[in-house]
Amino acid sequence: MAFHSRIDSPEIPKFSDLKRLACDQLIYLLEQLPGRKDLFIEADLMSPLDRIANVSILKQHEVDKLYRLDNKPVISSCDQLCFLIRPHIQAVKWISEIVNSDKITGKCRKYKIIFCPQKFYVCEAVLEEQGVFGDVTCDEWEFYFLPLDDDIISLELPEFFRDYFLDGDQRWVFATAKALHYFHSLFGLPLKVYGIGKCAKMTYEMWRQFIEEGEKKLSTDKTGNLFIFDRDVDFVTPLCSQVVYEGLLDDVFRIKCGSVELCSDVTASDKTIKVLLNSQDKVFNEIRNEHFSNVFGFLSQKAKNLQTAYDKRQGMDIKQMKNFVSQELKGLKQEHRLLSLHISASEYIMKRKTKLDFQELLKVEHSLLDGFNVRESISYIEEHIIRQISMFESLRLLCLLSLTENGLVSKDYRSLKSQYLQSYGIEHVLTFANLRQMGLLVEQQPGETFTAMESTVGKLVADKAVGKLTDAFSSLAKKSNFRALSKKLTLIPKSNEEYDLHSPPDMAYIFSGAYIPLSCKLIEQVLERDGWNGLEEVARMLNGNEFAVAAGGGGAGESKPKPQSSRLMFVIFLGGCTFSEISALRFLGKQKGYKFIIITTAITNSSRLLESLNDGHS
Amino acid sequence: LLQQNWNWNSLLFSRKTDLYEMGWNIGGLRDCLIAAAPYGGPIALLKGSQRSERSHSARPVLEMYTSSGVPLANFPWKSGIVVDIGWTVSDYLLCIQENGTVLIYDILGNYCRHFNMGSESQNSVTEAKVFHSAYRTGVAILTKAYRFSVVTNIDDQKIWRLPDVPGLQTSGLSCWTVISQDRQTKLVLASGRNIYVLDNDSCTSVTVPGLDPDVSSYFHMSASFNYKYLALYTNTGCIWMGTSNLKVPLKYMILKCSYYSCIMVFKISSRCRRPRSQQPSVVLMWDRLLLVAGKNNENDELYLVPELDGVRIIGSKSHEFLHEVPATCEEIFKIASMAPGALLLEAHKEYKKESQKADEYLREIKDQNLLPTAVEQCIEAAGFECEPETQKMLLRAASFGKSFLSNFSPEKFVTMCRELRVLNAVRDYTVGMPLTYVQFSQLTVQVLIDRLVFRRLYPLAIEICKHLKIREFQGVSHVLKHWACFKVQQKDPDEDIAHAINQKLGDTAGISYSEIAAKAYECGRPELAIMLLDFEPQSGEQVPLLLKMKRGQLALNKAIESGDTDLVYTVVMYLKNEMNRRDFFLTLRKHPVALSLYRQFCKHQEQDTLKDLYNQEDDHQELANFYVQESYQEKVEVRVAELQKAVDEYSKARNEFAAKATEEQIKLLKFQRKLQDETDKPYVDHSLHDTVYNLLLEGSHRHAEQLYKDFKIPDKRYWWLKISALAEKNDWEELEKFSKSKKSPIGYLAFVEVFSISEQFNYLIILSFLMSLREVEQAADIAIERKNENDLNLVLSRCNQSTDRSLVERLNKARSGANKK
Repeated sequence: MAFHSRIDSPEIPKFSDLKRLACDQLIYLLEQLPGRKDLFIEADLMSPLDRIANVSILKQHEVDKLYRLDNKPVISSCDQLCFLIRPHIQAVKWISEIVNSDKITGKCRKYKIIFCPQKFYVCEAVLEEQGVFGDVTCDEWEFYFLPLDDDIISLELPEFFRDYFLDGDQRWVFATAKALHYFHSLFGLPLKVYGIGKCAKMTYEMWRQFIEEGEKKLSTDKTGNLFIFDRDVDFVTPLCSQVVYEGLLDDVFRIKCGSVELCSDVTASDKTIKVLLNSQDKVFNEIRNEHFSNVFGFLSQKAKNLQTAYDKRQGMDIKQMKNFVSQELKGLKQEHRLLSLHISASEYIMKRKTKLDFQELLKVEHSLLDGFNVRESISYIEEHIIRQISMFESLRLLCLLSLTENGLVSKDYRSLKSQYLQSYGIEHVLTFANLRQMGLLVEQQPGETFTAMESTVGKLVADKAVGKLTDAFSSLAKKSNFRALSKKLTLIPKSNEEYDLHSPPDMAYIFSGAYIPLSCKLIEQVLERDGWNGLEEVARMLNGNEFAVAAGGGGAGESKPKPQSSRLMFVIFLGGCTFSEISALRFLGKQKGYKFIIITTAITNSSRLLESLNDGHS
Repeated sequence: LLQQNWNWNSLLFSRKTDLYEMGWNIGGLRDCLIAAAPYGGPIALLKGSQRSERSHSARPVLEMYTSSGVPLANFPWKSGIVVDIGWTVSDYLLCIQENGTVLIYDILGNYCRHFNMGSESQNSVTEAKVFHSAYRTGVAILTKAYRFSVVTNIDDQKIWRLPDVPGLQTSGLSCWTVISQDRQTKLVLASGRNIYVLDNDSCTSVTVPGLDPDVSSYFHMSASFNYKYLALYTNTGCIWMGTSNLKVPLKYMILKCSYYSCIMVFKISSRCRRPRSQQPSVVLMWDRLLLVAGKNNENDELYLVPELDGVRIIGSKSHEFLHEVPATCEEIFKIASMAPGALLLEAHKEYKKESQKADEYLREIKDQNLLPTAVEQCIEAAGFECEPETQKMLLRAASFGKSFLSNFSPEKFVTMCRELRVLNAVRDYTVGMPLTYVQFSQLTVQVLIDRLVFRRLYPLAIEICKHLKIREFQGVSHVLKHWACFKVQQKDPDEDIAHAINQKLGDTAGISYSEIAAKAYECGRPELAIMLLDFEPQSGEQVPLLLKMKRGQLALNKAIESGDTDLVYTVVMYLKNEMNRRDFFLTLRKHPVALSLYRQFCKHQEQDTLKDLYNQEDDHQELANFYVQESYQEKVEVRVAELQKAVDEYSKARNEFAAKATEEQIKLLKFQRKLQDETDKPYVDHSLHDTVYNLLLEGSHRHAEQLYKDFKIPDKRYWWLKISALAEKNDWEELEKFSKSKKSPIGYLAFVEVFSISEQFNYLIILSFLMSLREVEQAADIAIERKNENDLNLVLSRCNQSTDRSLVERLNKARSGANKK
């Protein structure tokens, strides 16, 4: 095990308070509507809500029945309806329909909408347009943060990615800045703020403004440093197949709000089991950051240890036995249960992955990253598409190809695209348009094929580029420059020697030693240099917008930070981050004595990213 | 001597303090309507209003003065006949006219607004009363028809018509008053020997307890400052006093409240004939005693202003304050008083004379352990004194006593010094606000500052804020804001004003430039407003006003700058309603952020607008995408048409690839529909790949072949398609036939894979299949890998021993290996 934390790594603030605060506020809001009520929850919010306040808490506060908000007429007979939604126009429209249909049938009920985390003006505009503005009362549940683990905090806003990076819609940026303000009013301001990306800069500036405008003096405590990171700075990393255990679990089973549902195939019983995945789970905690190839060995070792622990009772007398049963047995049984769960999960993963010829796929990915044998990779991808192996996998490989090669040559671009359309349907013309806008899948030598729209937007970009934060279309003009970056930052370890996955020398282990994730490498470099000095060219290739600022305002606070607190690093991923990146940062933290706290708009992976950009109906 | 103006009235001392020699020059208070605001407020006079009933030639004049008689404003009264005037709690003057209109003026004589007391009062108001409660001011009127109307809050202006009082028409109304207590407003009125209490919905006749049975009518009634008590002046010359609900006569009452809470004021004019006394006089009443304050020798009309802790007496020459001597002052200044405070004062006097008596006095207090009390008494008494000299004397004594105490909190002393300084400043002749310490405590500093601001005494207000160390937000900034709001009403050029304001205000915390700008806009100076808005640091604050000023474009810029999408939406929605579509779209086009937000909105709410938007922008690419998107929501019949539109747009966007792809899709759709009609199976909604696959599964090789040719499906794909479909169908014959049709473009391992996916998985079949294709080498590889003896035998049997020598060797080796196992 390479993971031995340094003694001087700093303590982590208690984030469980965030949960308690959110729960208290929700209860307060529910109490505002006294009496029995039915609660309608938007699908997106169900899992996060479950982590904050479970059904029994809700029942205690006179919630009668729970429904999922849908485009369906309600069957509830309760005369008070409460809706818990994200400020989505769609959801508000559904609610309006419910209210209006009640009006037609002459039913008289009370309606209350709780917007989470905040209400948007549009929602009210829609309520007004639908003629129900006066019939409902609105409230805001300022639930911004869901602590998923000791070191992961999620904003649970998966739509942030598409809304901002594709549609240029900034409303979540504002919300995020607000959230950040809230966060730091609880845990203190950072000593130093670093960041890269347009959105990161915007968030930082808005947050600063909040600090300046804020009337009440924030606590002058300073804890840790802050790094704000835009997802579009590094698309390559999240598009690679994950091979670290936690990442694999996410890719295969989809981890939702820190818990995973294992279907009956896995558990070899007839019901699905929901498992909470966090550092409380001792077995999981030890393997989550491990390369998958090490996991089996570890698990079998663990199983052996467990067996010896059980075997101890053979030679015991009555008294010892009593001791054993009362003290150790429960722990052992618990461990046993977890162990068997993880073993069956791993087996299932193995089965699935061998079936899809995982090794071959990884080989192609690695050669793409390396820029080696590109033609061969292209024909592999082509076959992948032709054989309809997987809609999003194919797309993922296409994007990876385009990102690493700085766009596809016209001929390949067209032929691969038309192959894809033949396989999966014409609607994906829209998906491709999205991918192109994001700069994920582009054609080489633009200029010639610039369409009318692009050129207008391109002009706008040029006009506004100076200092303005307004355009979100910059990705158009953007090149990934991956090859040059990888050379500059030595992202690809030398391949001539065997990579030791058991005690890895660097973060590349999360991709079997083939690639050090760009995002994490950047963070490492910036921390090492305490800024962007010497990284100017790298930043330029990443479209700039880098910054490093000392102290987040309120400068007068002379309170000396604890020596350790400067080793506390908050990393904010705008647009989501993957479990692999988290593992890499944990590794980096252990190696250099930092403690990383990851704050992300959502946990993401390649399929989530691409699904959110999909406009074809699947 | 300090005691010289004291009066002993069997129960308590009262004293009269001269406040001011009046600075005005008026003939007298006769024949005018007069009103003075409580808490040392201003005085208003309406001269000659009675006369105007007779001739319209001489217009009455409305004059306003401070309490010291310094003129604030005067102007000829041009409006209708005024019945009564009165001040509101916030120093606005109400002029109630005969026609029921109430005109409101500010303290500097500027007209503010007016309201009406209801149609019924038209030209028939005979009497009016202005009354106050904690935070509001109300007006009650009486009409010729003996009907009462009440507005309990002039800012709210809800008019209550009170019910009729029976018999009022015949027996007449002698006097009435308003009781405003606990958010309830009642009228008490006397008609003949009856007393009625009138509220919003009922009229109750009341028998007053403990009243002389001879009483047949009432001349006057008056309520105390806090409306808790009421006094009635009867025709028998008695004064009945009691609680304002007329239930408990005062003599039976046990007093719990402080003395000055129940001062009532009667001003008995000569008009109101009294049976016994011929001389008009002033009557003051405390709870326990009645005081006739001086005979009016000079034949001068006096005006009395009830205050919280006393009464102000305004004459044409002087302004006095009559009040009960507070207990502390009494103790200290009473002749031969032995109270600790008095001793301390004495000690200090001796100390100044450098006499050893000082020590004696001090010792006397100290022996009783009363020094802290003594100091407190002196501090408190200082607050009750008006003369700075007396205040100083008392405070010095307190300070002297304090120096002998080790742990006496200095806070009281310091606060008193500070506040007295403020009080002395506002009591100054030029300011003319004779506030007592008690009144000041009740009024609060905030209100005092507001009042100063109203009188435009900005520098004084700021000094007071600084002196009292009031937080900027409520103090200096607040005053500066008012100053700026006043400043924008001046006639100076816009630039100068904006500059002056910014100069003075700078970045003072708690100042909202947008409020000042709003004021400027109200005054009809939009340009100035915009200049001021530029100083506003929060863009969010600028937007609402800009919208109000119809500066949509500018508002949009500011909203975008703020980064608050809600603000942007607010502006976008506003612009949408305000502008014509073309301009609206053009504006959006200039602001990508706003545009993308609006698009989000349209996607859910207004699909058609979205189309128009793209059309306007000539954004063919997006338009085409829009049609494609739309096409899935439509039925198949319409879908082709939608897609055709998309094709057109794609070509306009010079996106040949997409245009061609869409065209092919149309072709495919048509084909699928034909198939669907022919076979009655669902084909629509499948991709080309899936369609061909389905066709192959069903054995329609002809159609599949046709698609293969029409859509130029690459060979590789076609081969994969065909072999997987055939494998799934278990059509091995056809598969074999196909495999031999030409050389496989995807190799023969593909076949193996296809087999392994199929259900009838059997290596023997695979091997024999490979053999039949003469792909012996591949078959051998598989067999060797599998290490199965049967398989190996099978392959061996097919091998040509001579030509495939090396292969045979390998196979044999593998077989022997397999045998051992």
